[in-house]
Amino acid sequence: MKTKALIAVLFIGIILFWAVEDMPAFGDPEAPATKYTGELYIQSVLPDIGIDNIVTAILASYRGFDTLGEVVVIFTAGISVALLLRRGEKV
Amino acid sequence: MRENVVIRTVSRLAVPFIQVFALYVIVHGASGAGGGFQGGVVFASSFILMMVAFGLVEVRRRIDNRGIMIFSVMGIAIYAGIGFLCLLLAGNFLEYGVIEAAVGIPHLHGYLLDAVEAGIGITVMAVMTSIIYDISDNRGEAP
Repeated sequence: MKTKALIAVLFIGIILFWAVEDMPAFGDPEAPATKYTGELYIQSVLPDIGIDNIVTAILASYRGFDTLGEVVVIFTAGISVALLLRRGEKV
Repeated sequence: MRENVVIRTVSRLAVPFIQVFALYVIVHGASGAGGGFQGGVVFASSFILMMVAFGLVEVRRRIDNRGIMIFSVMGIAIYAGIGFLCLLLAGNFLEYGVIEAAVGIPHLHGYLLDAVEAGIGITVMAVMTSIIYDISDNRGEAP
């Protein structure tokens, strides 16, 4: 069992190291992750919304409906804990 | 824990500063690092420190389960209310630009984002405190 696990770990490790070669350099402006939507957001946040923090602008304005869902998820978690652990009590 | 004067004094001094820092993190969300989720958790951590230092009963006397539930609904209501306000002004859901155009105040978009972040912060604070209340309540049994 241990040999099989070792072989699996080595196999996956070799694949990962093989893939690392093709990754862009750290902070590369030409990397695909920073090139398309990232640049669009950097250029359009200030004229669109007028705040400095791009992360907050994306979180609460461009992806506002998504964030509303996240808040509802947290609220649901609180309600579920209250229903499970506060059983039989009046609120 | 109640008899330890060092813990009680230090947490009595620390709790207001933690709460002011939490409010700063929430309000600062539009112009720097920060936001509703982080600030809400920091605010809830001040209640947790109070529970550790003074006991659950003491904290519950200040804000009970009913108040916590009202707060947690209120945060979502602020967020969704701003969204529905945009619908009323013939925009899309959460399209803040419609409110800015209707009211006519410049940079209102950023202030609406602050209001939304405050709603997120209130909900996160209330839900975290509610969960801590529920899992630390031993229903009058010996601790």
